[in-house]
Amino acid sequence: MTADTVISAQGLNLTFQTNDGPVHALKDVNLDIRKGEFISFIGPSGCGKTTFLRCIAGLETPTDGTLSVNGMTPDQARRARAYGYVFQAAGLYPWRTIGGNVKLPLEIMGFSKSEQAERVARVLALVDLAGFEKKFPWQLSGGMQQRASIARALAFDADILLMDEPFGALDEIVRDHLNEQLLALWARTEKTIGFVTHSIPEAVYLSTKIVVMSPRPGRITDVIDSPLPKERPLDIRDSKEFIDIAHRVREGLRAGHVDD
Amino acid sequence: MKSLFPILTIVAAILVIWVLAVVPMNMHLTADQAQRDGLMVMPQTPAERQGYSGLGLSFANAGLIPLTYTLDRPRLPSPHQVAGEMWETIALRNVTSRQSLVYHGWVTLSATLVGFAIGTTLGILLAVGIVHNRAMDMSVMPWAIASQTIPILALAPMIIVMMGQFGIQGLLPKAVISAYLSFFPVVVGMVKGLRSPDAMQMDLLRTYYASSSQGFWKLRLPASVPYLFASFKIGISAALVGAIVAELPTGARAGFGARMLVGDQYGNPLVTWAALFAAAITAAALVAIFTAMERLTLRRMGMAAA
Repeated sequence: MTADTVISAQGLNLTFQTNDGPVHALKDVNLDIRKGEFISFIGPSGCGKTTFLRCIAGLETPTDGTLSVNGMTPDQARRARAYGYVFQAAGLYPWRTIGGNVKLPLEIMGFSKSEQAERVARVLALVDLAGFEKKFPWQLSGGMQQRASIARALAFDADILLMDEPFGALDEIVRDHLNEQLLALWARTEKTIGFVTHSIPEAVYLSTKIVVMSPRPGRITDVIDSPLPKERPLDIRDSKEFIDIAHRVREGLRAGHVDD
Repeated sequence: MKSLFPILTIVAAILVIWVLAVVPMNMHLTADQAQRDGLMVMPQTPAERQGYSGLGLSFANAGLIPLTYTLDRPRLPSPHQVAGEMWETIALRNVTSRQSLVYHGWVTLSATLVGFAIGTTLGILLAVGIVHNRAMDMSVMPWAIASQTIPILALAPMIIVMMGQFGIQGLLPKAVISAYLSFFPVVVGMVKGLRSPDAMQMDLLRTYYASSSQGFWKLRLPASVPYLFASFKIGISAALVGAIVAELPTGARAGFGARMLVGDQYGNPLVTWAALFAAAITAAALVAIFTAMERLTLRRMGMAAA
């Protein structure tokens, strides 16, 4: 753990008690995430990637081990509103306009009216939705709705952005476009991003660090530091480095499956 | 407008069945009357005619069929008789007269509206309690369900007698019975509506560290609005039924229920039928008002279903 570590997990375990007996969702997870990193969690369903993200967010409580976010417990970090969370579905309120939806966290956190308006305008511009403030969610495409939900997560200026398969429900073309925009956003805002996905190209394209996980019990099998430059045009996906990393991720996923 | 055609088709079908049914239903009375008026009737004695079905008697006396539509006190009034009675008692009478259906309608409607207001307020408060408090969830809901299994006809006179004991008469006891019937759909719909936000929506609020009152005002309450309107529409018609039922067993002298009872007791079915139709039209109008309010509200909230 170094001075610029924002998220640190040591010996993390989480066991869910279910009707079919205990499920070991996370086993001995050790991971340090540094400030400004773009870190992806990849693995098949049941590998604990979403559970780990939810632990960071304080939405689940580990059974064992320590986890710190900005030097605080996840629950304290949640109270300090240290992160913005983007879910798989945009989850916009149908009775609020796009602007109203982005304003929701700001209202809850007690920002002044003028600051709310200023921030809504700023983050909507950041996700290329300036001019859509007065539209209702059903008037927007799925990709635009998901961008609005990212704007909502950015509105209160948390340093950390946690994203749980945010583009999983979108088609490939929209997804490529949003990935490109997300990288640009990350470069501009210098946030630390935790990103759950089960797409190998998406993980490799976006991340500075890829965490490969495997199920039963959910654990980390490989951590790959990406050698790709910060500037990444879409055609970087045809480069040799890109294909090499993708290959290593695939190998990691396959190795995790051997004991199935 | 698109929905008008199927509705009118059904109305026309009902009218046809009704008009056809008038003949056999009234034939015995018509035959008796015709005989008193000196007309030929087959068979000739009332006792013999009792052995015939209404349909059989109609075939035996086809010439009397037009007369079945004009009896003063028919067993089944024809549509034009009911319409005529309604026209007379709604449009031609002074609205303050005891002969006016508008007067009786207002007596019932005022109790309905007061009862509906009490019932929905109570229903919403109970639903909020049930959603936020586990003890209330476990205790109130079974009683709310049990309350609706008691026949309101048995309960209504008891409520009215007991409230009368405390000197409370007139509108309020009827409103209480209306409230008793209308709170239930509101509780059920509102609980469902307040619980309609999914786990992800609730998690999102947790990431903002929102308080449960913020969750209520910003998420649960707006999410419950469509459910609430569905409940309102059931509740308002239940409230009207409650007010009418409250008038029936208690010798009330005004209201739709009183008119129905009077028509029945004095052998004047036209009065009963006119009151019945007026009540049905009132219920339809109340539901229509809530449908319009629903459309308006959802459109203003941006949730209008296209």
